[in-house]
Amino acid sequence: MKLSFSGIFLMLVFTVTLADEPSSKDESWTSKRGLFVVSYESELEPLQINQLHSWVLHLENSQGVPITGAKIEVDGGMPKHDHGLATSPRVTAAPGQGDYRLDGLRFHMHGDWELLLTIVADGKTDSVVVTVTL
Amino acid sequence: MMRIAIAIVIAGLFGFGWYNWPASPRPWTDADKVVLQSLALASLPALPPDSGNAVADDPRAAALGHALFFDSRLSANGGISCSTCHQPQRHFTDGLPKGVALGTSKRNTPSIVGTAYSPWLYWDGRRDSQWAQALSPLEDANEHGSNRRQILQVIVEDPDYANRYEQLFGELPDLQQQAEVDEAFANVGKVFAAYERLLLPGRAPFDDYVDAVIAGNAERQAELFSDDEVVGLQLFIGKAECTQCHNGPLLTNNEFHNTGVIAAPGELPDKGRVVGAREVAADPFNCRGAFGARSRDACAELEFMRTGPELIGAFRTPSLRNIADTAPYMHKGQLPTLHATLEHYNEAPLAMIGHNEAKPLKLRRGELRQLEAFLLTLSAPPDVEEKWLRAPVRD
Repeated sequence: MKLSFSGIFLMLVFTVTLADEPSSKDESWTSKRGLFVVSYESELEPLQINQLHSWVLHLENSQGVPITGAKIEVDGGMPKHDHGLATSPRVTAAPGQGDYRLDGLRFHMHGDWELLLTIVADGKTDSVVVTVTL
Repeated sequence: MMRIAIAIVIAGLFGFGWYNWPASPRPWTDADKVVLQSLALASLPALPPDSGNAVADDPRAAALGHALFFDSRLSANGGISCSTCHQPQRHFTDGLPKGVALGTSKRNTPSIVGTAYSPWLYWDGRRDSQWAQALSPLEDANEHGSNRRQILQVIVEDPDYANRYEQLFGELPDLQQQAEVDEAFANVGKVFAAYERLLLPGRAPFDDYVDAVIAGNAERQAELFSDDEVVGLQLFIGKAECTQCHNGPLLTNNEFHNTGVIAAPGELPDKGRVVGAREVAADPFNCRGAFGARSRDACAELEFMRTGPELIGAFRTPSLRNIADTAPYMHKGQLPTLHATLEHYNEAPLAMIGHNEAKPLKLRRGELRQLEAFLLTLSAPPDVEEKWLRAPVRD
């Protein structure tokens, strides 16, 4: 029997369910130079601490046209606590229509997190900070 | 002049009293209750699979692992077993700053209870499964001081062990063949893990108290917790910020943090996770190795593992379950008591290497005492039949 990625890791870690988690679907973040607009959908909804999980990032230009073929580097952390991410998440697939699969995310504390995405598309580079509160 | 002196003395007495005075409990809010439930044992999910260990949930493997755990023949001098340092009556620790077996171990002996839930083992996470962890001490010169051939020799030559091994894994290994030796050695780790998976934390007074809070049963709450313990818990989830790392029902996020603990006397600061991450990636018995799960999905922890200088001097957050029973504290047992540990976090000194993620808490002495009172409510015997907590009786 082949266990799925999420199946294994849903069981691997502690479940801490929080009420009133913000939904990720309706929010978007514009990159610093205004070139890209990023939104995400989490496989783990609502977001919980201590669970390895994946997101699908969605990337558009400022006119709302999906961007394919982009390179996205991911870093981040908790500025308040002066530490980075617990894991090294990375984009592992790009199914198309501006979607990018981001695997290996885990937030190990409650509070305000920042994900710094550095995006290279059509020869242009820009970065965006996606904020997440758990 | 005299009046001023008297005023200073009175102000000083007030200040001293305020510093030592315990805080009073406040009513629990709905938000508090959500946090309390997240910390209670009832929130503990089902045991995660031990990927790559086909015998993890086989009772025969657990029984063999149990026997081996207490068997001192698995050591260079015939006098050291796993239970030498992981003593059941001390919640599987040893009460020492650093483990003492054939020599002195590099670090403090951590408990085994509940480690089936952790993606990383050891203070520095240098192993990624219970079974891979169980192998290291056997070949560590300061611990069992044995080697894989000698360990397997004991099993092959003991008719009972040999028979039980064969039932689980088939033919006994040819000890002249390195590949067979390595595979059989991994199998030994896997039977240890089958036993260790059974060692789960028991329901502590804290868990009963959470139930009483959720049920709104004030009488039961008062029976279970003193005011000091209630305030201690309120500090724990509030001002003291303990749940930043000690979260979830095992009271650990199983992650790595530099909290500025000073080096052990006479030692250079320990680099911790930054070295542990390199070691686990190179461990032949890791998830990606020949005897592991070997799939990207099952080995995702290793696949997406964080490395880098930020992890200098960072160590794995220990569970606080049974914390009262596992002194001394920290990776080298530097802090002898809970009191000393709480004072450490209250001060949050500069780290000797890397940087201390914690910030000074500025709690009053009375509050620290209340926090300590709460920590004493987290103890309970492991949730396992008593027979697993002592050496098995052999026929």
